Amino acid sequence: MAFAVVLILLVVGSLLFHLLSPWTFTPLASNWSMVDVTVDITLYVTGLVFVAVNLFMAYCVIKFRYKKGARATYEPENKKLESWLTLLTAIGVAAMLTPGLFVWGQFVNVPEEAHVVEAVGQQWHWTFRYPGADNKFGEVDAERISADNPFGMDPDDPNGQDDILVYSPEAHIPLGKPVKFLLRSKDVLHDFAVAQFRVKMDLVPGMNTFLWLTPTEPGRFEILCEELCGIAHHTMRGAIIVDEPAAYDTWLAKQSTWAMNSTMVAGNAAVGAAQYAVCAACHGQQGEGLQALNAPKLAGQSAWYLKRQLQNYKSGVRGAHQDDTYGKQMAPMAATLANEAAIDNVIAHIQTLPEQTPPATIEGDVANGAKEFAVCAYCHGEDGMGNQALNAPRMVGMTDWYLKRQLENFQQDIRGQHPTDFYGFQMGLMSRTLYGEQELNDLIAYINTL
Amino acid sequence: MAYVAIADRDHEIEHHDPQTFITKYVWSQDHKVIAIQYGGTAILVGLIALGLSAMMRLQLGFPDTFSFITPENYYQFITMHGMIMVIYLLTALFLGGFGNYLIPLMVGSRDMVFPYMNMLSYWVYLLSVLILIASFFVPGGATGAGWTLYPPQAIMPGTPGVDWGIVLMLVSLAVFIVAFTMGGLNYVTTVLQARCRGMTLMRMPLSVWGIFIATILGLLAFPALLVSAIMMLLDKGVHTSFFMPAISSMGANPGYTGGSPILFQHLFWFFGHPEVYIVALPAFGIVSDLLSTHARKNIFGYRMMVWAIIAIGGLSFIVWAHHMYVSGMNPYFGFFFATTTLIIAVPTAIKVYNWVLTLWEGNIHLRVPMLFAIGFIFTFIHGGLTGLFLGNVTIDLPLSDTYFVVAHFHMVMGVSPILVVFGAIYHWWPKITGKMYNETLGRWHFWMTFLGTYAIYLPMHYLGFAGVPRRYFAMGNTDFLPDSAQDLNAAITISALFVAATQILFFINVIWSLRKGPKADSNPWHATSLEWQTPDTPPKHGNWGHHLPECHRWAYDYSVPGYADDYIPQNVPASVAPAGRDHGGAH
Repeated sequence: MAFAVVLILLVVGSLLFHLLSPWTFTPLASNWSMVDVTVDITLYVTGLVFVAVNLFMAYCVIKFRYKKGARATYEPENKKLESWLTLLTAIGVAAMLTPGLFVWGQFVNVPEEAHVVEAVGQQWHWTFRYPGADNKFGEVDAERISADNPFGMDPDDPNGQDDILVYSPEAHIPLGKPVKFLLRSKDVLHDFAVAQFRVKMDLVPGMNTFLWLTPTEPGRFEILCEELCGIAHHTMRGAIIVDEPAAYDTWLAKQSTWAMNSTMVAGNAAVGAAQYAVCAACHGQQGEGLQALNAPKLAGQSAWYLKRQLQNYKSGVRGAHQDDTYGKQMAPMAATLANEAAIDNVIAHIQTLPEQTPPATIEGDVANGAKEFAVCAYCHGEDGMGNQALNAPRMVGMTDWYLKRQLENFQQDIRGQHPTDFYGFQMGLMSRTLYGEQELNDLIAYINTL
Repeated sequence: MAYVAIADRDHEIEHHDPQTFITKYVWSQDHKVIAIQYGGTAILVGLIALGLSAMMRLQLGFPDTFSFITPENYYQFITMHGMIMVIYLLTALFLGGFGNYLIPLMVGSRDMVFPYMNMLSYWVYLLSVLILIASFFVPGGATGAGWTLYPPQAIMPGTPGVDWGIVLMLVSLAVFIVAFTMGGLNYVTTVLQARCRGMTLMRMPLSVWGIFIATILGLLAFPALLVSAIMMLLDKGVHTSFFMPAISSMGANPGYTGGSPILFQHLFWFFGHPEVYIVALPAFGIVSDLLSTHARKNIFGYRMMVWAIIAIGGLSFIVWAHHMYVSGMNPYFGFFFATTTLIIAVPTAIKVYNWVLTLWEGNIHLRVPMLFAIGFIFTFIHGGLTGLFLGNVTIDLPLSDTYFVVAHFHMVMGVSPILVVFGAIYHWWPKITGKMYNETLGRWHFWMTFLGTYAIYLPMHYLGFAGVPRRYFAMGNTDFLPDSAQDLNAAITISALFVAATQILFFINVIWSLRKGPKADSNPWHATSLEWQTPDTPPKHGNWGHHLPECHRWAYDYSVPGYADDYIPQNVPASVAPAGRDHGGAH
């Protein structure tokens, strides 16, 4: 009896849980309402079977539980009943399968007018490519991928010259127009998934895959990688911004093409030297850093990393958090660099500054730090020198007290929480594998030995 | 020379009883001892996998709390948990354990037909387990590629265990498959060749049918895993490019060219989907026998049940790519595989109906094995129905790779088979050990496990609806998940730790029973099948004493009208008791 009551309670409880659950599909922002309809049909059919069969079973457990002297009925089979049940099941299955196949048919047939955006995945970032004015993508090849050519573009392909390359995990698409995402991976499997769009597809190295949708709501929607791609899989995020068509056109016009990228002028160190005078006040003439002024060492840090941070400071991505005392000091300084050329110039100067190892200020258990460093090494390298391909800066030979403060800022969400600071967001998640100040000290003590 | 059935040559075959402790309990060729070795090893290694899942749940329920769980070992835990549970626990336990114990006893044979190979099967299995466990202790640790071991990531930097762990994993799988093949050929041959007189195929208990068909599936499916393991070892070791296209890994070019990661997925799931039924079919068979025995009623629709097992087994080979709807394979495959997948729901549903209809007008004894059997029906209905979501290609667009998938397959191939495993252990415990277990402890074990696992996996589906991806070390902040998703995760973790802890009740019961349990009757459940009719309990070497049994009826003569007892054992001749409905014909 108790068992049957529990079974009934489980059925009722499951229904209540379903009806009251706040954990449902996030509001839809694409044309794929038919996906939701298919899910609903399946819920109704399966829900009905779930309730009916379990309640029948509970009834049997009550009604036919052992009684002394009672005897079971001998009934090996019942052809008619079995046939009816088979038929009913087949009808239920068909009711679910039909909409499923119908919607899939729409999904595999991309509308001809859809414009194409290429989403490129790599460990553990997204970048994007638009076909440009000619509406044709240039050839790409994994074997041509390098720091200067992260998309693996063919420099001789005329179709590729006007391809628009977005070196950011954030891409824009216009509202109300069908878009086909062409998916490409540089290294391992990834998966392009946006919960609000309801569609997802794996990225497979060596081939192109696709999905398509028509965005129906403006806004910013997060991309999650949903195919295991290594230890930082959970940090591989990006965003799709759905703009009104006019705003989209404006955004697209501001992006640079492959041809522009490949003809980019390097920064002028001589010009930059003059601008560096402002920096030198705190960071030192040699870019060696000065702990008393909370200014980290700059010399020896990778140019791409310095550039991104200066841009982040300028645009308020970094140094805007109220508890980021020293970042708030840096932000107005970065603003004195008027444009991208100024940034390039000052960085070109910093690249000429001599390398000198700053004094170690942090002590800890080096052996324990080595263990903690195992996770860091995946991106920053066994030698801690960083890896541009992974957007991981150099950690070794830089001012250690600064490294510690930044790790603490990441852990406390002072840094890395701005919605467009994708790389900082990753570091925020990863910094949480360190617990307590002692582990931080141990780790940095180990890095000091590298 | 005319063919003479093994049963008819019984008096000519010499049976050497094992003489020493070693040949009796260690290098034993007795199927019952081998069954216990297989089962014991599988349960032990399963406990490791249970421990790993507890660690994963700690991280998911309470992120930023446990310093000993890094992303590296988190992914190692999920990988090893999955592989151990699916292969080294469930496959080994159902086929190596229950298959070994039940087949000869249920079909009326003295042993497996190749006892020596049967013994080798166990020791090679043990070797595969040791290789697998060793991977925790090599430099870099076990592989963290996920139990599906998808390349390129499984053999590329960025994944833990990329140097040694993955190699040991692949070697261990290959060794396991050798072990399985030696056992599997035995089970199939024994069912086909060593049945006692009168034991026609359509008189066999459904346990044997389930194990028999599952073994055939295994013999056909495991080779696909074997070749993919060998190919990946070659890709890793000597730089072939079976599964490896030209890539740029972390800014470097590893020099592969032209291979296909999707090829691996096809091979893996060509094995992997039948694998689901390698675990499920024995569970289907065993649970049928538990329900029938404890409801004192014949299994409803026996012939339909047999054909459903065969149909499911056959169909299971043409549904594999439903694991790959969003893998990037040609999307037109989706139409075919969604259709075959939903068709498989029909024979599966028939099985569920027939289990429930077996209870109808029965005389149900709610003993511990029966509690587990009915609990199985409930969880299997739930897990089966959620399979209709994921099998229906379109619904994979939102739900694939989310916690809905994790919840679904744990319900259908984790919780459900494990409930059957426990039900079966309690059911056959008196026969295996000659001792009774403690009924009260068994009941508590059932209730904690049944309600606890439902509290884990019902809510987990809703994390999937909300959009939480699986295989995430930490969620961090997203713009679409409510904060309460983390509360739900914490609640799931508490349930999971609770269930893990309550398994101690089972082991207490085992130890109590072995030391102090009352002596068991030779047929305490008044069951009809042959294993309950042995002259000795537990059965001695050779099982049947001087004379092999003869089978005169199907395995489900319960509550036959006109007969005083409510059961007629299969070896009772028709002249003594009226034959119940005989499905077997003359032979």
